[in-house]
Amino acid sequence: MSSIAISGIKTRTGAMDRSDSLRPLALAAPLLLLLAFSFGAPIVLLLSRAVYEPTIANTLPHTIAALGTDSAAGVPAEPVFHAFAEDMKAAQAAGAIYEFAKTLNTRLPGARSQVLRVARLAGQDAAVTKEAMIKAAPLLGEDQGWAAIRSGTNRLTSFFLLSAFDLRWTDQGTIGAVPAGQAVFTRVFGRTFLIATLVTLATLALAFPLAYVMTNVRPLIAGIVLVLVLLPFWTSILVRTAAWTVILQKYGLLNDLLLWLGVTSDRLELMYSRTGLIIAMTHIQLPFTLLPIYSVMRAVNTSQLRAAQSLGARPLTVFRRVYLPQVMPGVLAGCLLTFILCLGYYITPVLIGGASDQLISNFIANYVNVELNWEMAAALSFVLLASTLGLYVTMTRYLGLDLFKMG
Amino acid sequence: MKRIYRTTLLAFLPALTSVGIMSQIQPAGAAELTVMATGGEWQSALRKAWFEPFAKKAGIQFNEQEYTGELGKIKAMVETGDVPIDLVTVETSTVLQGCDAGVLIRLDYSKIADRKRFLPGTALDCGVGIDVYGDVLAYDTTVLKEAPTSVLDIFDTKKFPGKRAMRKAPAQNLEWALMADGVPIADVYKVLDTPAGVDRAFKKLDSIKKDIVWWDAGAQPPQLLASKEVVMTTAWNGRIQNAIDKDKRPFAIVWNDQIVEYDMIAIPKGAKNLDLAYKYLAYAAEPEVSAQLGRHIPYGPVMADATPFVPKDVLSKLPTAPDHMKAYLIGDVEFWGDHGEDLVKRFNAWLAQ
Repeated sequence: MSSIAISGIKTRTGAMDRSDSLRPLALAAPLLLLLAFSFGAPIVLLLSRAVYEPTIANTLPHTIAALGTDSAAGVPAEPVFHAFAEDMKAAQAAGAIYEFAKTLNTRLPGARSQVLRVARLAGQDAAVTKEAMIKAAPLLGEDQGWAAIRSGTNRLTSFFLLSAFDLRWTDQGTIGAVPAGQAVFTRVFGRTFLIATLVTLATLALAFPLAYVMTNVRPLIAGIVLVLVLLPFWTSILVRTAAWTVILQKYGLLNDLLLWLGVTSDRLELMYSRTGLIIAMTHIQLPFTLLPIYSVMRAVNTSQLRAAQSLGARPLTVFRRVYLPQVMPGVLAGCLLTFILCLGYYITPVLIGGASDQLISNFIANYVNVELNWEMAAALSFVLLASTLGLYVTMTRYLGLDLFKMG
Repeated sequence: MKRIYRTTLLAFLPALTSVGIMSQIQPAGAAELTVMATGGEWQSALRKAWFEPFAKKAGIQFNEQEYTGELGKIKAMVETGDVPIDLVTVETSTVLQGCDAGVLIRLDYSKIADRKRFLPGTALDCGVGIDVYGDVLAYDTTVLKEAPTSVLDIFDTKKFPGKRAMRKAPAQNLEWALMADGVPIADVYKVLDTPAGVDRAFKKLDSIKKDIVWWDAGAQPPQLLASKEVVMTTAWNGRIQNAIDKDKRPFAIVWNDQIVEYDMIAIPKGAKNLDLAYKYLAYAAEPEVSAQLGRHIPYGPVMADATPFVPKDVLSKLPTAPDHMKAYLIGDVEFWGDHGEDLVKRFNAWLAQ
């Protein structure tokens, strides 16, 4: 009798446990759904453009069929050219030719006008010969032209992701580097990570002593310092960046001051330079590094430090063995936050950085806005997102840091 | 809880009623036309010369928006099917891109004007020219003792030491680099169409790379000159002329070896007021109307028959004035349509080196 009652209680508590863990999930469900629809889905859709490019395959159904029966590597035989002419004619009639030309031009620079010429030719004369087509579009007589078309007929493509690493499929079917003149992205990614690292270190060098001072002064003064740090934080990033251009320009405040003080004899080139960019970014990022450090430092129990000292530890040892381990989570959280935010900087490099200080976001924006090559933009975004997530996972896994449990 | 609800509702009531009133103020079915342009002095010149007179004449409301000239924004509108604009100003090379991507509609010139009345190259399939401008060299006369005589003097760092500014784009700069390297104007695009020609142009740019400050927006060159950040800069002639005329800056323009270009206006796919947009384009193509812009900013008309209506004092400041046309290159849209993307990439790679 009693055992039955006990097991009954057990099942009830078990059920309660489950409903307890389900309830928060149910409460969060609307938010999660909203996130999935308004945030997750668009990102996935946009990023999928990096590997899915159907324009060429959709434009060339006959050519694909003809290529399937053609055994020649490189430039194919006459029937494929006839099929190609047929596709061009159809695309011309449907108004799809321009998008096809533009898409092929991305993979094969200079192809645009040649494709348009061939399409015009095919529209006039359905029985146009291979010879005439190659005359109108010399790229069709070259191996690399057909290599680009063949790889383009595959709707799923690695072209854009490879390009993001300055790689490409060579005519021999292996992966190789793009020509030196076209290699730009690995350098830009490297630069983005370098500048993010430098800014993170600079903010840490400023934030750590400041946070330490703030925890050791009277609350009123600490409050005032906190407001001073936060005040610019509440100003728009664009305004702060513009303010820095006033300060940093050749005939600006900083140069005037340095000359007046006699520190420099010549006006420094701070605008459109990496130095200026790092100064401005450090200023903007300071609160992000400072606040996590400050919140952790405030929680450190100072009696432990005194205890260590009274047990004979030297100040450096106290700092290294007792203090630092306790504030480390805050330091790492602040640095990680700043580092990740720096990876996505856009407007500050545009306004203050020089031509060789443009970060990966600037290139993504260029592909979205100017080149209308959203596939390339998606590929670069994917690499940026993946490397950021990878960094976050590494930091949380191996350094025992969890941003969600912070504070 | 209930009280909070009531107060919130009370707070929103005025807003709700004002929305009601607003919708009553708008006369039902009032014709509207929305144009998106690249802002600045140029857009206010367009407004005074064309937008306001047309709105008055047609009895419509003319709305304006601004953007940075990047097609991405229009593409996003077209892809989402929500196109709140009827007309958009674009650069010539952008017209071609927008045309290919299906973002701009192919124009029906029977509703605008005879294509033959336009200057060659200004009546494109997807865009109509609105003005002629020059890519020129500008300098501060109080800074440079000796006046440059050609745009190509920007490559002469011995005679003109100091920083110089150029637009952060391969277009124009590569052409000028080849011209400075001795390529005759007539052969510039033929040479640039070969890999060796591109190498040659970049090599020439290399020789002054460390002295170049790059600009993005048309308003920057006058600022760079005024702040003495640079001793000379490439620029759009109108921006410099207005700095001279309106702000009384001691600047001067070098016209020799200028590159002549056109601004364009286009209709995005899915524009809601298509008929009115065409009426506007037809209006702006009337010879007398076409000549009006020059009064507000010194850019020339694209209608061949508009020249007699341009005021004399304006005419001498235009890129098309006989004095300014001794040596010039006309920007090749087709070339940049073919090579824009790879040359921009190469240019960026070059900048990063």
